[in-house]
Amino acid sequence: MTDLTLTMKYRPNQRVDMSPITCDKLAGLELADIAAIELQNGKRKLRVDELFSISGSDAWNIHIDNSFAKLDYIGHGLEGGKIRVTGDVGAYLAMEMRSGEVTVSGDAGIYAACQMKNGLLHVIGNVGDFLAGALSGNKKGLQGGTVIISGNAGDRVGDHMRRGMIMIEGNAGDYCGARMTAGTIAVMGETGRNIGYGMRRGTLLLWQQPKVPATFGDCGTHTFSFLPMLFDAMSKFDSKFSDSSKHFNRVHRYGGDIAEMGRGEILVQVENA
Amino acid sequence: MIINGVLIDHTFAEAFPMKATRVIITAQTERWAYNAAKSMTGFATSVIGCGCEADIERYLKPSETPDGRPGVSAMLFTMGAKSLVKQLETRAGQSVLTSPTSALFSGIDGGIRIPLGKNLRYFGDGFQTSKLINDNRYWRIPVMDGEFLVEETTGQVNAIGGGNLLILAESEIDALEACEKAVLEMRKVPNVILPFPGGVVRSGSKVGSKYPALTASTNDAFCPTLKGITKSELSPEIESVMEIVIDGLTEADIKKAMRVGIETFCSIGAYNGVKRISAGNYGGKLGPYHFHLQEIMND
Repeated sequence: MTDLTLTMKYRPNQRVDMSPITCDKLAGLELADIAAIELQNGKRKLRVDELFSISGSDAWNIHIDNSFAKLDYIGHGLEGGKIRVTGDVGAYLAMEMRSGEVTVSGDAGIYAACQMKNGLLHVIGNVGDFLAGALSGNKKGLQGGTVIISGNAGDRVGDHMRRGMIMIEGNAGDYCGARMTAGTIAVMGETGRNIGYGMRRGTLLLWQQPKVPATFGDCGTHTFSFLPMLFDAMSKFDSKFSDSSKHFNRVHRYGGDIAEMGRGEILVQVENA
Repeated sequence: MIINGVLIDHTFAEAFPMKATRVIITAQTERWAYNAAKSMTGFATSVIGCGCEADIERYLKPSETPDGRPGVSAMLFTMGAKSLVKQLETRAGQSVLTSPTSALFSGIDGGIRIPLGKNLRYFGDGFQTSKLINDNRYWRIPVMDGEFLVEETTGQVNAIGGGNLLILAESEIDALEACEKAVLEMRKVPNVILPFPGGVVRSGSKVGSKYPALTASTNDAFCPTLKGITKSELSPEIESVMEIVIDGLTEADIKKAMRVGIETFCSIGAYNGVKRISAGNYGGKLGPYHFHLQEIMND
């Protein structure tokens, strides 16, 4: 069976809610049924076959081709299967995903991996603000799974993050790890202002020295035996994090946010360790 | 059956169902991993008086351990699940948590998961943090030398305890040297431990005693100094008997270890004082596992 491929015919002016297009929802449907599914587009609804030409039949492997930045909610609540996107995507990518894989070859908008529960999200390009965060007013951001960003991430990465791992090969914006409850955020590039703001628990693992807020205490330089295990777990994914030359187990530790519960940590690679 | 002049009795070792777990202890150096493991498995020769039977299983290369440091795998056996949990936590807390640079991991999958660091973490007084790595939870407990890393749970599996071999020799030194060689070989067999000091026990026991308070007492039938005054199992030339007790995860593991032991004794031969190999049992009434010596050698 070949992947179920949806190739975008044209780019509508309004945003498109792609949440009906997930592997588990399409599995077992005939192509005609899939074609007849209606997608919210601004104030109106569009049939899938109005927006996309459809080919292939394997609904557990969906390929969205010629995508652009107004396709929102791709992989929303996904439970198993793989969605591969060629092009950019809009907001709420892989929101509340429970299992499976979503891969995007381009950039993603705000709230990617929002409240995601498990599975793997890999964005080759950049992502907007609130990566793996919680919706405004909600208390749980990322709750499990792995998020890999090959480019840069916007502000408030992992806001209210509760569990899981975020790996960012590029830079992260301001308030990275803000209000984090647990989990791991690894950033190879630079980080912005107010890193770990309101952080309760969890780990920010950094390759570059950040501007550490005053509410984090300097705990000195240490060797941690859990780090090789963490890098080993990261190495199974196709990313720069699998490059053993970038691994280390000696770090400078900052504990905080002391203005909050203060059990979180910023671990910064110690050069020439 | 006679091999190289050594008589192998037509008898069997009687063994019992037990609960077991395996843990991996790592440290900065192999020596410190050994120190922790040796302490954890200390005073654990017999469930009769120690609460559990435990021993180091083998040394592990850095490539074989979860954190890439030198390590040791150790196994604990008890008669019941509750006592296994208690013994494991007590020993891990007093012997591994306390040992410099150590870390402690599960060494066995499957079965029921039992606490390893799940309760030890409270030693961290609120400063402990956890990390979920590859779906396994680890606790990082701050300690004076840095951080004690411990996996939250380990596996508890059904196992077998009480496999044994008796070696009957012309002299004490002949018996001891033969046992040392056999223990060396038997310890190469995976999934088994030999819980007694150096793997050897000289005070084999029988069930019961003339004293009502005691559940076990000396196995007088195999005591050479009582040959003339009790119903002895020993012929006149036997001056010393020693025993090797084997606990293992499966029947196959114990059989393999027993076979290796018998082969080693037989390779030493009657010419060097090893006259006979026997095994301890209780008439087949107590333990469901019967390891027949001659069958093991014929397999």
